Amino acid sequence: MRRLADADYPLVALALVLSVMGVAMVYSAGQTDVSTGLSGLWRMQALHLALGLGAAWLVSRMSIRTLDYVTPAFYGIVVAVLVLLPFIGRGAGTAKSSRSWLYLGDVSIGQPAEIAKVAVVMMLAKVLASRSDAPRTLADFWRPALVVGVPWMLVMLQPDLGTGLVFIGILFAMLYWAGTRWQLLVMAASPVVSLALAFNTPLWGAWFVFIIALIYKTRPYMLESVAVVGANLAFGVVAPFVWGHLQPHQQQRLLVFLDPSSDPLRSGYHVLQSQVAIGSGGWFGKGFTQGTQKRLAFLPEQHTDFIFPVVGEELGFVGVAIVLALYAWFMMRCIRIAARSQNTFASLVAFGLVAMLFAHVVENVGMTVGVMPITGIPLPFFSYGGSFMLTCWIAVGLLVRLSLEGRGQADTLVI
Amino acid sequence: MVAATGIEAARVRLHPNDVQRRSRGAAAVLFLAFVFLVGTFFHAQVVQHGDYALRSRDNRMREIPIPAPRGMIVDRHGAIIAESVPGYSISVIVPSADSLRTVLGRIGSVIPLSEGQAEEAVRRFRRNANRPTVILGNATFDIVSRLEEHRVEFPGIIIQDAPKRFYPAGSAVSAFVGYTGEVSEQELTTPAFAGYKPGQQVGKGGIEREYESRLKGAEGVRFVEVDARGRVVRDADSSTTVLPQPAPRFATNIDLDLQQYVADIFGDSLAGAAVALDPATGAVLALHSAPGFDPNRFIGGIPAGYFRQLLDDPRRPLYNKATQGRFAPGSTWKLATAITALELGLVKVTDRMPTPCTGGYQYGNRYFKCHLAKGHGFLTLAQAIEQSCDVYFYQLALKVGLQRLVAGGVRLGAGARSGIDLPAESRPEYPSDPAADYFTKRYGPRGWTQANALNLGIGQGENAQTVVNVARFYTALANGGVAARPQIASGAPSIERIFALDSTAYEGLRDALAGVVERGTAASSRISGVALAGKTGTAQSGVFRGGQELNHAWFAGFAPADAPRIVVVVLIEYGGHGTRAARIASKIMGHYLKMTPAQHIQTEGE
Repeated sequence: MRRLADADYPLVALALVLSVMGVAMVYSAGQTDVSTGLSGLWRMQALHLALGLGAAWLVSRMSIRTLDYVTPAFYGIVVAVLVLLPFIGRGAGTAKSSRSWLYLGDVSIGQPAEIAKVAVVMMLAKVLASRSDAPRTLADFWRPALVVGVPWMLVMLQPDLGTGLVFIGILFAMLYWAGTRWQLLVMAASPVVSLALAFNTPLWGAWFVFIIALIYKTRPYMLESVAVVGANLAFGVVAPFVWGHLQPHQQQRLLVFLDPSSDPLRSGYHVLQSQVAIGSGGWFGKGFTQGTQKRLAFLPEQHTDFIFPVVGEELGFVGVAIVLALYAWFMMRCIRIAARSQNTFASLVAFGLVAMLFAHVVENVGMTVGVMPITGIPLPFFSYGGSFMLTCWIAVGLLVRLSLEGRGQADTLVI
Repeated sequence: MVAATGIEAARVRLHPNDVQRRSRGAAAVLFLAFVFLVGTFFHAQVVQHGDYALRSRDNRMREIPIPAPRGMIVDRHGAIIAESVPGYSISVIVPSADSLRTVLGRIGSVIPLSEGQAEEAVRRFRRNANRPTVILGNATFDIVSRLEEHRVEFPGIIIQDAPKRFYPAGSAVSAFVGYTGEVSEQELTTPAFAGYKPGQQVGKGGIEREYESRLKGAEGVRFVEVDARGRVVRDADSSTTVLPQPAPRFATNIDLDLQQYVADIFGDSLAGAAVALDPATGAVLALHSAPGFDPNRFIGGIPAGYFRQLLDDPRRPLYNKATQGRFAPGSTWKLATAITALELGLVKVTDRMPTPCTGGYQYGNRYFKCHLAKGHGFLTLAQAIEQSCDVYFYQLALKVGLQRLVAGGVRLGAGARSGIDLPAESRPEYPSDPAADYFTKRYGPRGWTQANALNLGIGQGENAQTVVNVARFYTALANGGVAARPQIASGAPSIERIFALDSTAYEGLRDALAGVVERGTAASSRISGVALAGKTGTAQSGVFRGGQELNHAWFAGFAPADAPRIVVVVLIEYGGHGTRAARIASKIMGHYLKMTPAQHIQTEGE
C-alpha cells in the first residue's frame, strides 16, 4: 500500500482554495438589493463542500483495482437511473422544464447526469485499457462510442445539451490519450465541423479539401473514406439547403429543440448583462459583495451558471486572472498525474477527469464573456449545486488516489 | 501487489515517450485556452472598461425629472396672479407597455383611474419609454395617501411633488393669464419647444404661453436605482440630484384690484370686453373678456364636461373679445376721421359743415341716416363729437375723400395689431392704403364710390377693430398723438407718435371728448371731481332680433381729461347704445382714480 503522504496535496489545496472562493462567491451572489431568495444558499453550498470532501476522502481510500472492479456496476447503475429518469425525475432549480432531478420521496437526491460524467470516464477508461492497442480505424470506435453514446442519448433526451457536449469532449480527449492518431479523430469530428462551416462556402470548401487530403494521406478503409466524405457533404451542402427552405418558426423550433435552455430573446440579453457586469469590473473590481449588476439582479442565474460574472464584477480582472490561473494550475497537476501513472486505466481516468473539468471551465467562463454559446453548464467548485460539487470532489478524490500510483517517469513535464 | 494482465499489457502501450508527447500536446491546448480566456477578459475589463462602466451605470440608473415651479406672476403691486401650489404627480417606471397595462389595471382598484387616463398613460409611455410614465399628473392628497397605503403592492410607482398652477383670482384673469398643460406632440415638433420633453408642463395661451421661456424655470433631475425588471430599488446618492431652478417672479403691469373690479362689473350676465391702459406707457392695468372661464379647472387636463359647457355657451367664453374679437368701432372711430381732417387742415374744431343735420344726409341716390332722427341742426366739429352727429361726419369724410381717409386711418394704426404681448391677437380689418387698389380689388373697378367714405367716416363699413387696438388709438388721443403699445409684462414702454396737431386743435378735440361726458352722449356717466373724456359708439352688429338690428355698445375714453392717467375701452356685445358702455367705463375709471360716479348708475336703459 502506498502511503497517503505521497498523495498530490497541491492538487487538493488548489481544489480547496477554488471551492472556498466558490462558496464566498455564492454568498456574494445572494447579497442583493432585491429579493432573490439566494441569501442563505452559501450555507447549503458550504454543506455541499463538506459532503464533497467526505466523498473525496472515501473515494481516495479505494484502490485502483477496486475502482476498476466496480466500474461496470457503477456505470450500469448510472445508465439505469438515466433510463428511469424520464419517468421518475422532476424539474428543479435552474432546469425546471427538464426532468433531470432524482427524488427519493420528496427529498431531492441530485442530478444523476453530473455523476454520470465520472461513470462514463471510468467505463471508457476500462474499455480503452482492455485493448492492447489504440483504435486504428473509425470502426474501432464503436465500443468507446457505445459507452459514451448510451448515456449521451439519455442526457440529450432530458434534454441537457451542455452535459451532452461535455460527454463528446471526454470521448475525444480520452481517445487521444489512449493513442488514437489525430487524423482519425479529425475525420470522426469532420461532419460536425462541416455543419458549423456550412454557411460559409469558401471556408467549408477549404475544410472539405483538407479532409480529402487527409484521407489521401492516411488511406483508411474505402468504406470509411466514403462515409467521411459523404457525411461531410451531407452536413455541409444538404443541411444548409434544407435549413434555407424551412420557415423561420420551424428554424426556431429546431434551435429550441437542439438547445431548450436557449431562449432566443433572453439569451442575448443575458450575455449582454453578463458582459456589462464583467466589463464594469475593471482592473480590481467593485469590491466583494459590491457588484451593482449583481446587487440589482441584472445577472441571470448569478449563483449557478452565471457566477463567474460576479467574480469579474467584484474582483476585477486581477481576480479573474487569479481564478483562471488556479484552474490552469489545477489541470496541469491533473495532466501530470495522468502522465505519471503506470496504469493505463488509471492514466485514462485521470485524463478523462481533467477533460471533463476543462470542458466545464472553458465553456462556462467563455459563455459569460460571449465567446462560447450559452448552454448552461456549471463552473466547477464555484456554481451553486450539490450534485456537481459532489462530482467535482469525487473527481478530486479519484485523482488523489491515482496520484499515488504514479512513479515519476513524466518528471520532465515540469509543472 | 497483484497486477491484472490487462494492466500489464497496457503498460507497453502507454510508452513514456508517447505519454510525454501527448501530455505536452494537452498542456499546450490547456495553455492556449486559458491565455485566450484571460485575453478576452483583459479586453472586456481593461480595454473596454470605460464603455462597460458607463453601460453599467445607465443600466441601473433611471432619470426622474423634477418639475421646476413656474415663476410666480404678480401684478404691479405684488399681488399674486398666478402661483405654484403643492401638487403631486404619480408616475411609474415599467419595462414594457404590457407591464404598464398590468400596473394600470391593478392600480385602478386603489385609486380612481378613468379609461381615458389609462390610455393617455400608455400613449405617454410609447412617446418616451425612458422617462417615468405619468399616470396622474394632478393627484390629490387623498389619492396619494391611499396609494401610499398600498405602496408595497406597486413597486416602480413614483409619487413626487409636482407644483401645480393656481390662479387665485380665477376667471377674473382668464382673458390674459392663460393656463398650463402638458406639452402637446404637435408643439414638440416646433422649434419653440426644442429641448422640451413629453410630459412637461408648459404655458397654454395668455402670458403663460407668451412668456413661457421666462416662466418655466429649469427642470431638475434625480436618479433612482432600478433592478433588472425596472423596479425602483432605492434613490441614488442625493449628490447626483440636480435641483430644479424655480423661475423668478414675473412682474406685470396689471392692477389686480382693478382687474377684479372690472370682472365683477361684467359679472356673469354681460358679454363683452374691457381694456384699461396707462396712456403714457401702454401698461395694461386691466384686460377682461366676459364671460370668462376658470383657468384653474384647465390645469392637469380640462374636464370634458366643463369644456363642452364652455364650447356650447352662445356667449363664447373661450373667445377672447378683448384681443381676438373684431367689432365695427362705430362712433369711437369718428375721432380718427376728425384727426385726419384736422391734420390735413381741412377743418377747425369750431367749423361747421355746409349741410345741417336733419336726421340724415342725401348722397347721390342714397340717404344716410343720423342716429338722431330729429336731427342735430348746425354743429361745430366739437359739438358733432359731443352729440356724435353722423351727418357732420358724412360731410367731413367726403371732404377728406376716401383715399386720404383710408391713408389717415392706416397711419393711426387702424389696420395693424396693437402689438400687445399676448398670443393670437387678431389683426383688425381695415382698407389698405392706397384705398383705390383695395376697393377695386374687393368690389371691382366700378363696384365702389366715394360713398364708401361716408360709412368709414363714422366707424362702419370695412372697419372691424379689436378692443385692445381701439385702446391703443385712445392712448394717442390722451397723449397728444403718441400711441403706446399695450403691454402686460412690466418693462420698457414702446411708444410711437401717430399724429401731430397744433395745440388748439388737440385741446379742442380733448375738450370735445370731455364734453361728451359732461353734456353729450355719455352725460349720465359723469364723475364728480374729475373730468372724464371719451366717446360712445353704437355699432351695427349685423345680427337681428325681432326685426331690430342689435348693436354693440362702445365707450373709449380717458381720465382725468386734462392729465390722463388711464385709458379705458369698454365693449358690450349686443349691448345696445354706447351710453351703457360709458357707464361701465366711468365706473372703472372712477375706481382706478378713487372717485365715485356723480350720478348713481341705474341698472338698465336710458
